Amino acid sequence: MGSIPRFWRENPSRYNLVGVKCENCGRVFFPPREICPVCHRESIGKMKRLALSGKGTVYSYTLVQDAHPQFEMLKPYVLAMVEMEEGVRITSQIIDVEPEEVHIGMKVEAVMRKLGAEGSSGILHYGYKFRPVKK
Amino acid sequence: MRDVAIIGIGDTKFGELWDSSLRKIGIEAGIAAIGDAGISGDEVDALYVGNMSAGRFIEQEHVAALIADYAGLTKNHIPATRVEASGASGALALREGYLSVASGEYDIVVVGGAEKMTDVGDEDITSIQAAAMDQEWESVFGATLPSLYAMMARRYMHEFGATREEFASVPVKNHANAAKNPKAQYRRAIKPETVLNATMVADPLGMFDCAPNSDGAAAVVLAPMEIAKKYTDTPIRISGSGQASASLALHQRRDILTMDSTVYAAKRALKQAGKEVKDIDVAELNDNYSISEILALEDIGFVEKGKGAKFSHDGQTAIGGKIAVNTSGGLKARGNPIGATGIAQAVEIVRQLRGEAGERQVDGARIGLTHNVGGTGATAIVHILEVA
Repeated sequence: MGSIPRFWRENPSRYNLVGVKCENCGRVFFPPREICPVCHRESIGKMKRLALSGKGTVYSYTLVQDAHPQFEMLKPYVLAMVEMEEGVRITSQIIDVEPEEVHIGMKVEAVMRKLGAEGSSGILHYGYKFRPVKK
Repeated sequence: MRDVAIIGIGDTKFGELWDSSLRKIGIEAGIAAIGDAGISGDEVDALYVGNMSAGRFIEQEHVAALIADYAGLTKNHIPATRVEASGASGALALREGYLSVASGEYDIVVVGGAEKMTDVGDEDITSIQAAAMDQEWESVFGATLPSLYAMMARRYMHEFGATREEFASVPVKNHANAAKNPKAQYRRAIKPETVLNATMVADPLGMFDCAPNSDGAAAVVLAPMEIAKKYTDTPIRISGSGQASASLALHQRRDILTMDSTVYAAKRALKQAGKEVKDIDVAELNDNYSISEILALEDIGFVEKGKGAKFSHDGQTAIGGKIAVNTSGGLKARGNPIGATGIAQAVEIVRQLRGEAGERQVDGARIGLTHNVGGTGATAIVHILEVA
């Protein structure tokens, strides 16, 4: 699913949830954007890097039964849209959980996990997934 | 800008057409449309082709020139242009063709849509469909197109108390309509239990909540209204054409239960046509998933946000209901050869407005609407068609 540079160049955001904050309006975006869609020209040079806390709540979710070939071994898996503390939403899997325990509003935190591999013996790709916050 | 009319329509049967190649179905639909318009090939000024991903489905790019070639249109070396906006490729091709005639650049334009999906396996189709989403921030993390629509459906149930039974009313109604459409992929009625008991694709969406993979093509012939009557007694005017975009990734939207692209495309098309939603007699909406038709009903304005599932379950979208939706069977049951879909929607509305829809005819239909969506709603296109 792509070349080595294609994954490598996104590593800061995939490993450490690095987004950006527009210093003109204060809005946070993830992944990083060069231009704030609200402030346009006013935001040029003012999009400052910001690492998200990694904490959020489940906004919606699904149990994926029909997956891409590279996720064949994982299915069924829980995919969720998570609303982060900073207000942005992110899509990834929820792991270390029984599917029936997942619910809207569930507190989760980001962890780094393997996302995929280049073929059967190629480079591994890593990035964030979410797991329930232990009470 | 000149008024533009559809003067000819043509389509293939939709389905798993194993004996037909992309070029074959593209030409079959085009020739049918040219024949219906009663024009000669020499009169065609330009060709537009809606196609999502021939490069990945059949490893063939450059398909507009290919279809022009096999349609015998290369003799005059006409311009042939491929148009792509994932699921909205067909409607976008129609809009580009419409603009080219409205502008005065061309007079007779053929607009086709074609997709050949079943030369690859289901898992490959899942990957190709996912290219309509944000590859880097959705697909890489395991998202599939149905899984994103499933998250809309789940959130809709959470916010509005809707049920899977209510969602099921969409495919049940669309299958009932398709049973009356000789060109449809699935010509049989189904029961709600069939939808509810089907294998899960992405919970809460099962197999019967999702449109199928299909092969097929459709085409229309456009002409300026001032000469349309020369070719046909029943030109259908394109009175509104609206297009809008939104974030590619679903999670970046203001609200995952409102496709702002649909809201804006519908507003623009209706404003241009000088019409209101209540004026529409028949509509072809983008039901790639059951939840999609419900959101479209709300976003276009047929019903208030949050009330679409109940509206559908109450039978208001059936033929004879408040607004007849997807009389063709829709993407779900007529079939969804991606690039052909937007054109097939226009073909169905033209049939309805000409009074040629047979058993599924909406009595006295004068004004129709088509709505075509790319991906999870990063592109939406709405057209208003009227009896001229």
